[in-house]
Amino acid sequence: MNNHDLPRWASAFVLPVLNLLSALLVAALVIWMLGENPGESLKILVNSAIVNPEGLSYTLFYASTFIFTGLSVSLAMQAGLFNIGSEGQMYFGGLGLTLATLALDHSLPAWALIPAAMLGAALFGALWGFFPGYLQARRGSHIVVTTIMFNFIAASLMNFIIVKYLIPLGEQNTASRVFADSAAMPRLNTWLPVLGDTPLNVSFLLAIAALAVYGVTVWRSAWGYKLRATGLNQHAAHYAGVSISKMIIVVMLISGALAGLGSVNSIMGSTHYLSLNFPAGAGFVGIAIALMGRQHPVGIFLSAVLFGALIQGGFDLSLEKPNIPTETFIFIQGLIILFCGAMENFYAPAIVALLKRRKA
Amino acid sequence: MTLDDFHFASILVSTVRNAPVLIFAAMAGLFAERSGVVDIGMEGKILASAFTSAAVAFSTQNPWYGVAAGVAVSVLLAMLQGYVSITQKGNQLVAGIAINIAMSGLTFVLAQFFFQQGGRTPDLGQARLFDLALPGAQYVDNIPVLGWLYGHLIGGHSALVYLAFALVPLVHWVLYHSRFGLRLRACGENPHAADAAGVGVARTRYLAMLVAGVLCSFSGAYLSIVQSGFFLRDMSAGAGYLALTTMVFGNWRPLHTFLGCLMFGFFGAVQIQIEGVDLPGIGRIPGSLIQMVPYLVTVIVLAGLMAKSVAPKAIGQPFVKSR
Repeated sequence: MNNHDLPRWASAFVLPVLNLLSALLVAALVIWMLGENPGESLKILVNSAIVNPEGLSYTLFYASTFIFTGLSVSLAMQAGLFNIGSEGQMYFGGLGLTLATLALDHSLPAWALIPAAMLGAALFGALWGFFPGYLQARRGSHIVVTTIMFNFIAASLMNFIIVKYLIPLGEQNTASRVFADSAAMPRLNTWLPVLGDTPLNVSFLLAIAALAVYGVTVWRSAWGYKLRATGLNQHAAHYAGVSISKMIIVVMLISGALAGLGSVNSIMGSTHYLSLNFPAGAGFVGIAIALMGRQHPVGIFLSAVLFGALIQGGFDLSLEKPNIPTETFIFIQGLIILFCGAMENFYAPAIVALLKRRKA
Repeated sequence: MTLDDFHFASILVSTVRNAPVLIFAAMAGLFAERSGVVDIGMEGKILASAFTSAAVAFSTQNPWYGVAAGVAVSVLLAMLQGYVSITQKGNQLVAGIAINIAMSGLTFVLAQFFFQQGGRTPDLGQARLFDLALPGAQYVDNIPVLGWLYGHLIGGHSALVYLAFALVPLVHWVLYHSRFGLRLRACGENPHAADAAGVGVARTRYLAMLVAGVLCSFSGAYLSIVQSGFFLRDMSAGAGYLALTTMVFGNWRPLHTFLGCLMFGFFGAVQIQIEGVDLPGIGRIPGSLIQMVPYLVTVIVLAGLMAKSVAPKAIGQPFVKSR
């Protein structure tokens, strides 16, 4: 659309904020119709997720996972691919992490075990991204449908693998055995006791590093240039010598690996075992984050923190207000995708008109 | 259970009972996609109408009010999708996914709010849509093959099943032999030519979305008030996406798409039958693996046929009138 008529500050800052506010306004309306007070709910949410230091560190803990899934979706979007499969890729990545850890956690020290587990997560996530990437590149199967199918396949397959092979003898809980202590990501509160009792761990720093690497690679490297060219105009990129099918496969491998790495924070930073359906929608949150943050590192970070706050605050909110269960935030997530993604230029004509009137 | 319990006859009957979910959605999708609007949002519309139908049918104790309410909600969502895709010229894939995710959350929240049963509605009981016995079915019931054929395979289903099967030739006729269908296909293949010929592209696409919204709602209503008798969280379980696949399978043609729906219905029936059966040489296949089958088949169908299957040319592209 005519986004180009707008100055950079308007399209990069004003539009996303207006879109986000619209989504939250609709959400507030629904909360009001459920008989709850939106203002009061917001206050509980902010208090629980941001004002309280322990709550804030929980917010950042959730954000660490979301940064990885957000990066996964964003990178694919840079190439013009709508990867809805981050959920399944993260889930399957968790299997790679778990298999590596179960095999090695009694023999390797932490400094070797944690990278090995991360490698396992990245490899399995990449594998789950490879299939849809390959099918899109070589067979023309639409990536949106195949990634959705691979989410369903991952859910059934993981159910089978966990129930059949990973539950320890005599246990009822559908989860693998608890990992050895050496497999725990070091928590940040060992250095910063002010954070309180929180699972916030080194993954958060890794997520920040990943954002920086993403930014440099996409905007400051030759490969990133090819990547963006592919996303903007496949035919032009092809004409300029980019192998489109290779690009699609490589992007989906990396995208899957990033989603797989999201499992590191969720498993090694908190539960320390693989459990049924542990991603709990983090992959879908990644879609909202990528659209809201406009695939920009700073935007991804801010959106991930916002979603971390919604999850953390929403959890406390659901305890106080039974009419606002945590599923409300799945609905809000959908609204954010709608307003920030599909209707991203909704307010553009109004702003253009406003600016023109000022100039005249 | 042994292989003897594996009844081919009951597989056929449940194929007929499984297929309508996909037939309604796929026929809806045909209207949207042949007009040039990608309909990834069917999953959300199915879910929304499944919940609304169940909730209204339960509270009014009348299944037909439930069906009507489902139509209203699904049409509303289709119009929203139309507004984003046609008027706003936004990304149609993103709009569809947004609707799917939002509805997955909202139906749970509302079900919990109204019924307090962990995101499901109470059993509909008398408010379910009942099976119709064909006239004279009781006379042929004792005749071996004919009784089964007339009383159970063809007869003995709810009205929505017959509607689904009747829709297929109707949709075929509308798409290929009516003025509306011709215009609709023109908008999906070459909207600029259609526009030059005086066809209102936006209006045609909105009409197509309206029809798609109505048809898609039956799929949801069928799920909740015919098949299961209640609404359950995320009960559509990918039916909207499977319907998309049947369109690819059927090359966006109604009759071939219908065959795709029957195929998936058949797999679904086999899946239920095969659970807990000792297969010779293989043993029991766990339920979680059997659940994978329709999704795997989808991927295989997409991988095998996509190259040969030709989507409407202008699909997914917003139409910008040239000046």
